[in-house]
Amino acid sequence: MAQIQQEDKINLNAKKFVMWIFIFTSFMLFAAFTSGFIVYSGGSGHGLSVILPSSFRYSTLVLIASSVTLFFASRAAKRLEFEKQQMLLWITIGLGISFLLLQVYGWYILAYKMQIYLVDPNATRSFVYVMTFAHLLHVIGGLIWLISALKGSINRIPQVKNLYRMEMTSIFWHFLDIIWIYLYVFLLLNQ
Amino acid sequence: MSTLSVHDHGVVHHEEGHEHHHDTFLTKYVFSQDHKMIAKQFLITGITMAVIAMLLSILFRIQLAYPDKAFPLLETLLGRFAPEGRLDPEFYLSLVTIHGTIMVFFVLTAGLSGTFSNLLIPLQVGARDMASPFINMLSYWLFLTACVIMLSSFFVQKGPAGPGWTIYPPLSALPTAMKGSGMGMTLWLISMVCFVASSLMGGINYVSTVLNMRTKGMDLWKMPLTIWAFFLTAILGVLSFPVLVAGVVLLIFDRSFGTSFYLSDIVVNGQVMPFEGGSPILFQHLFWFLGHPEVYIVIMPAMGISSEIMSVNSRKPIFGYHAMVYSLIGITVLSFIVWGHHMFITGMNPFLGGVFMITTLIIAVPSAVKTFNWLATLWRGNIRFTPAMLFAIGMVSFFISGGLTGIFLGNAALDINLHDTYFVVAHFHLVMGSAAIFGMLAGVYHWFPKMFGKMMDEKLGYLHFWLTFIGAYLVFFPMHFMGLDGVPRRYYAFTEFASMQRWLSVNMFITWAAIMSACAQVAFLYNFVHSIFWGKKAIQNPWQANTLEWTTPVEHIHGNWPGEIPTVYRWPYDYSKPGAEEDFILQTTPFSQTMSSNLPHDFEDNPAGMEELSKWTSTQKANEEVK
Ligand code: HEM
Ligand SMILES: [Cu+2]
Repeated sequence: MAQIQQEDKINLNAKKFVMWIFIFTSFMLFAAFTSGFIVYSGGSGHGLSVILPSSFRYSTLVLIASSVTLFFASRAAKRLEFEKQQMLLWITIGLGISFLLLQVYGWYILAYKMQIYLVDPNATRSFVYVMTFAHLLHVIGGLIWLISALKGSINRIPQVKNLYRMEMTSIFWHFLDIIWIYLYVFLLLNQ
Repeated sequence: MSTLSVHDHGVVHHEEGHEHHHDTFLTKYVFSQDHKMIAKQFLITGITMAVIAMLLSILFRIQLAYPDKAFPLLETLLGRFAPEGRLDPEFYLSLVTIHGTIMVFFVLTAGLSGTFSNLLIPLQVGARDMASPFINMLSYWLFLTACVIMLSSFFVQKGPAGPGWTIYPPLSALPTAMKGSGMGMTLWLISMVCFVASSLMGGINYVSTVLNMRTKGMDLWKMPLTIWAFFLTAILGVLSFPVLVAGVVLLIFDRSFGTSFYLSDIVVNGQVMPFEGGSPILFQHLFWFLGHPEVYIVIMPAMGISSEIMSVNSRKPIFGYHAMVYSLIGITVLSFIVWGHHMFITGMNPFLGGVFMITTLIIAVPSAVKTFNWLATLWRGNIRFTPAMLFAIGMVSFFISGGLTGIFLGNAALDINLHDTYFVVAHFHLVMGSAAIFGMLAGVYHWFPKMFGKMMDEKLGYLHFWLTFIGAYLVFFPMHFMGLDGVPRRYYAFTEFASMQRWLSVNMFITWAAIMSACAQVAFLYNFVHSIFWGKKAIQNPWQANTLEWTTPVEHIHGNWPGEIPTVYRWPYDYSKPGAEEDFILQTTPFSQTMSSNLPHDFEDNPAGMEELSKWTSTQKANEEVK
């Protein structure tokens, strides 16, 4: 029996590792976009010359806040405080959705107020849309993880699995947070 | 005896051995999550795709050999793609494109890594299955979807994609540019997205399994070279495929939403296009950042497989095990910083070209280390020329003859003349195409008993080897001379240039050699299918090899080993060790059972073992004296 449990643990570890490697692949995707941006703007002499809409600033704060609430949700889960864990997860999901909305609002401002469209002879501006869009797709994936963690906690799945889901979700969500900060700072530096 | 099986969702514990799974046909053969079954699915799909891609190449070879002849049969077969029995020029481009895409990605990436990483990683590191069997299954099904979508493009009105396997814009970005830029190109992109997702899922699983699920005693330096190769290949894929995705996403935006990442100043059919400011070179950077690692993704598994097979069949330890690993690592790292050698003529800054030239030539060093080690492994070995061994040696031969021309091409000054000629075609078909296919075939012959529990026929194997080996050289070697004479690649009928007409006879020769090699594959296909059903039954360890996969029962069971997973005590290459009873010692044999063959070297970081050894040798000596 002991061996089984050990094999089980190894297997969950391996799966966590899967998440970490996935994060490397995602990171390479965004690194490719930003290097593409640099190669393009270096080659064509185009700069962004856009003041990014302020909603991106707010969305950054919202996303950071959601990382904090998720951190406390994980802690609550470890301490077996499931009510608290669920409440914090709800808040995290709420913040995640607000992030989504703020990003879309940012596009709206860009397109309708500032007349900066996806299609532009200066492709650095198209890059802004492509990068935020790719990140948004990841956020939707992150929301699905959050919902599955919440559902698991509500259905009282075994604690090992509850923690496992929380951990996978946290790794991914904090990564999304960091990637967004990376993209945002990158764009700010180039604006 | 209790058997365990680790599932996607925790562990199920069975008190009964064997056949604990009430598998239906669907879960056993179709939606299987067992790595051995998934390996077979990858192999059979890969072989099917290889046959298709080979037939496509015969079609365009016929065009190259007989540019002025009509073959009514072609019209019967291909309909509107060969009006009046002559291949449509744009369809010719589609054939070249799909041939390249299928061979590079579907056969030599998914077919090769998918088959052997899936089969061998759990078996050789001692794991019950992959880290995530479910993702593994998904990986196969996405691969199959990609294959189906790619092939379906033959049934759209304008035919499949035509801008070459490297899909450079603007041809690939403007749906109206030519027939092959339309719907076929869209399908190509969709198929490729599925393919990349499949590769990533596979690769992530391989890396995680190797790092987390090795059995007791299997530290990294006890892993067979196959595992090292698959592991590093997976890392390469995981880091480089996302960059291709980025490039393709931007391409899709250009195609479908009118952005100008890659497009600028374009006129199609006299109409000025609205695109401005884009840079087609950007695509080349993104593509080759994947593209160059991709060629090593193709060759490294073949290298690992050949190393293992050559050691087993020379009955000798692999020469320079550590050097083999470090050179694989070196290749992995270097392959990320050489992509510019595909772009010497894009007008890149000559200084940058110089940097890429130096990195490119440096990568020849680890490649040469591997080559010398293979040759040294053969040197004075007790060689058994099984078909697998012949194919492994063939792999080395092609790697040498194709690698040498790489060094020519790596020099910017030479490459400016040779770029996009048949010289490049010769280079990569030898070093990548032939070498990797030979590695893959070697693996099929060698691990067939493990996969299907049957032996393949040796005589047919020899026939297959010699015809293919000679055929491949006859096909690709003359291309060097054509390239040196400036014959360009991807031309429908370059004999229109008066100065190149004299190459027509060579083209005819190559085409007939290609047809001969294609026929030789029938020997393989027959052997493969026939042996699965009617082959001689295999024994547990038919090649007398050391690695763990040969300690599993011939009959496949879920979880691989009945009872506990064996523990590993030694590296995998103890062949013909002086003083040993047999000429191979399994990795699972502890040193305590092989006192007569132990060497001080075996106990470098094991003082207790060292003490035992010196005690044993001194008693031996004492006994001698008594005698
Ligand atoms: C000795 C090391 C090697 C060197 C220095 C080298 C160098 C080069 C260079 C400079 C080119 C560009 C030629 C051109 O387009 O003008 C090239 C093309 C190519 N090489 Fe290599 N190569 C080496 C080994 C390999 C290996 C091991 C593989 C694959 C397993 C490979 C696969 C390819 C392919 C597929 C292309 C052509 C891509 C295309 O344009 O369609 N090469 N090589
Ligand atoms: Cu290359």
